[in-house]
Amino acid sequence: MAVQTDTAAVHRESPAVRWAKENLFSTWYNSLLTLIFGALFVWLGFSVIRWVFFEAEWEIVRVNLTLFMVGRFPREELARVWVSNFLIAGAIGLMAGAAAASAAAAAKEAGLPFTQSTPRNWLQRFWPILLLVVILLQFSQTWTPTVLTLVTIAIGVGARYVGLHLPRAVRRWAWLIVVVMLIGAYGALSWFGGVKWDSWGGLHLTLFVTVAGIVLAFPLGLLLALGRRSSLPLVRMLSVGYIEFIRGVPLITLLLMGIFALGFLLPPGVDPSDVTRLIVAITLFTAAYVAENVRGGLQAVPKGQTEAGQALGLSPWKVMRLIVLPQALRAVIPAMVGQFISLFKDTSLLVVVGIVELLQVSSIANNQPEFLGRGLAEVTLPFVALIYWVGSYTMSRESRRLEKKLGVGER
Amino acid sequence: MTTETKTGSVRPPFWRDVKVLRVVAQLVAGGLAVVLFLYLARNLRTNLTAANIPTDFAFLDQPAGVTVTGSDFKATQPISDIILLGIKNTFALAIVGIPLLTILGTLIGIARLSSNYLVRKAATAYVETLRNIPPLLVIIFTNTAVILSLPAIRDAATPFDLFVISNRFLAIPWATAQDNSGTYLAVLGIGFVASIAVWIWRTRRFDATGAPHHRFLWGTGTFVLFAVVGFFALGRPFTLSRPEVVDGRIIEGGYQTVGPYVAVLLALVIYTASHVAEIVRGSIQAVAKGQTEAANALALSSFQRLRFVVLPQAFRIAIPPLINQYLNFTKNTSLAIAIGYAEITLVVFQAIGNANPAPQLILILMGSYLLFSLSISLLINFLNRRLQLVTN
Repeated sequence: MAVQTDTAAVHRESPAVRWAKENLFSTWYNSLLTLIFGALFVWLGFSVIRWVFFEAEWEIVRVNLTLFMVGRFPREELARVWVSNFLIAGAIGLMAGAAAASAAAAAKEAGLPFTQSTPRNWLQRFWPILLLVVILLQFSQTWTPTVLTLVTIAIGVGARYVGLHLPRAVRRWAWLIVVVMLIGAYGALSWFGGVKWDSWGGLHLTLFVTVAGIVLAFPLGLLLALGRRSSLPLVRMLSVGYIEFIRGVPLITLLLMGIFALGFLLPPGVDPSDVTRLIVAITLFTAAYVAENVRGGLQAVPKGQTEAGQALGLSPWKVMRLIVLPQALRAVIPAMVGQFISLFKDTSLLVVVGIVELLQVSSIANNQPEFLGRGLAEVTLPFVALIYWVGSYTMSRESRRLEKKLGVGER
Repeated sequence: MTTETKTGSVRPPFWRDVKVLRVVAQLVAGGLAVVLFLYLARNLRTNLTAANIPTDFAFLDQPAGVTVTGSDFKATQPISDIILLGIKNTFALAIVGIPLLTILGTLIGIARLSSNYLVRKAATAYVETLRNIPPLLVIIFTNTAVILSLPAIRDAATPFDLFVISNRFLAIPWATAQDNSGTYLAVLGIGFVASIAVWIWRTRRFDATGAPHHRFLWGTGTFVLFAVVGFFALGRPFTLSRPEVVDGRIIEGGYQTVGPYVAVLLALVIYTASHVAEIVRGSIQAVAKGQTEAANALALSSFQRLRFVVLPQAFRIAIPPLINQYLNFTKNTSLAIAIGYAEITLVVFQAIGNANPAPQLILILMGSYLLFSLSISLLINFLNRRLQLVTN
């Protein structure tokens, strides 16, 4: 409260009292509201604490923790999941390190101040994920997952350090190393006699489907967005038709199409698995939304930019690739994170077509003989909700941070 | 600075002529689309023939072979009937849910801007919690934790003898039509037209003389007058019907509905309200600060400031995203499939399960949603044009 007043009466009050007067008891109805909501908060906090620590029977989560994490992934192959986690952690760390190093170098070149993000910043940004990891680990019955998680974090931090100190020539190719590592992470799961994605499940499958959906939908969405902005009427009509069709129907109808009708559209003999069909359906669905996001980005690039490109004698393709797209895509990043969040939440719909994702695991666990009919869905569903909440909440805050950082929406 | 060019006299070669290229590009794009379509259609025909599945819509006249809880649908009625019932049930969710979520969302949105710290935090907590969990999870949780934990119908709760609350059926009091009910509805219609006429008359008078118009009071008054006088003049055309549990098995009277309906409605209303709250808050904040300051400078009261300065402008900003949320709400009602409320998606899902041809059924399903979405999109575009600020 930076309001400075000279009145002696105000000075005698401590800042806390003044704050309370302004924010809690400014009028009689505000005081009433404060009392009501204060009581509500106390009651809620009390009930939640009592439920979490004394009433809820967490046994069902403890027993089924692996099921929640990886579904029916063969238990003897679980080492593959950890190897893949190591590679992903390494890739993310390397990318973060290299990006920070590039940013620092660019800032130095431009003579601007640059502050490296500290562990404190990271804690502020990602505390929900850290909290979730701790909660998950305390459910586990052995020390192995904890040790392996610590190794994963160590690899991530180590890779970030490496990324920060890569020589400039190598840093330019860091993205290639990252891509190779990510492909390796997938290979560690399914190559060399591994497990195909039809047998994946739980949180693992949820994350995979989300990432696969966004990555596959992006090129298609980009094409659709360009098509929608095209000056060719037929191309525009086709793109608009596709986008409006997809946006007009719920995702679940596309999932049903993927399961029941997609097989009929493919040449005879081609029969993809259920998960593949659903990834196709999700990609077709997400592409339309990505297209609308990218269109927003394209519209945000001032017309003068295109005209300047044309004045320089660049071909339309070069104007698009060198001038419009880099600016448009940068502006689209926050919206794409938003899209990622909604896809992450939408993967819960896979339960309807019988895929072993988080909600399905919850119902499987509640049908196990020792938990059947004990009403423990009231325990597993909040647990699943917590996982979804942590993911979405962290990403939505990242999206807002990016929005501020990129200056999107500032006029 | 002018340059002499000879456009028209020397045409570039056809592979660099923009006019030709445009036509070629469109032909290629259109050709690709047609080829893809034909390819998929051929595959579809081959596969359906091979699997001996009919390619026409004759199956719609076959008996549906299923019953629907809480409705008098008979298993012998054709599939087309059950699809219509599904569409009706989807509408039943949308029509009740949309007003409810608007009210709840607006309240929470305003609460987020409250000057009271605790109210503000409570609204923020609500929004940040609900927005970040999947609506399907909210629906399933509401169904298991709220609806299924209600008492069985044998010992259903009956607060005030007006409602019946059980885990299978729920009922509210409703009006039953008696004699003259049709005439009474006609009287209400006339009353509505009359109240609009009075409204216009008051507005014109205000425009002409500047005397206070009180058109809302006058209009409502006229309508209420018609409603009350008509009600007694026609000898009470509607009576209140209270729901009652009969034999501990069924509910008679009132307006009754099934548990899953209430679960989906509640869950989606509280979920979508979190998005609406953000729209409301954003729209109010988007009204330029100078407008509020100008209103204060004119010494308008805080009510006048909201009613005549801030809200009309916030409303203009909020309408398109708000309608978008209504659309999302309607599309999300398809999630009722997970807890067994017979709306269109579940009905189609069941029909596919009963060995009816999937491609046609999914086409019908998508077509129903599309018809609805596209008509709403047209409405949005129309409103956008009407509401846009006229600049320049």
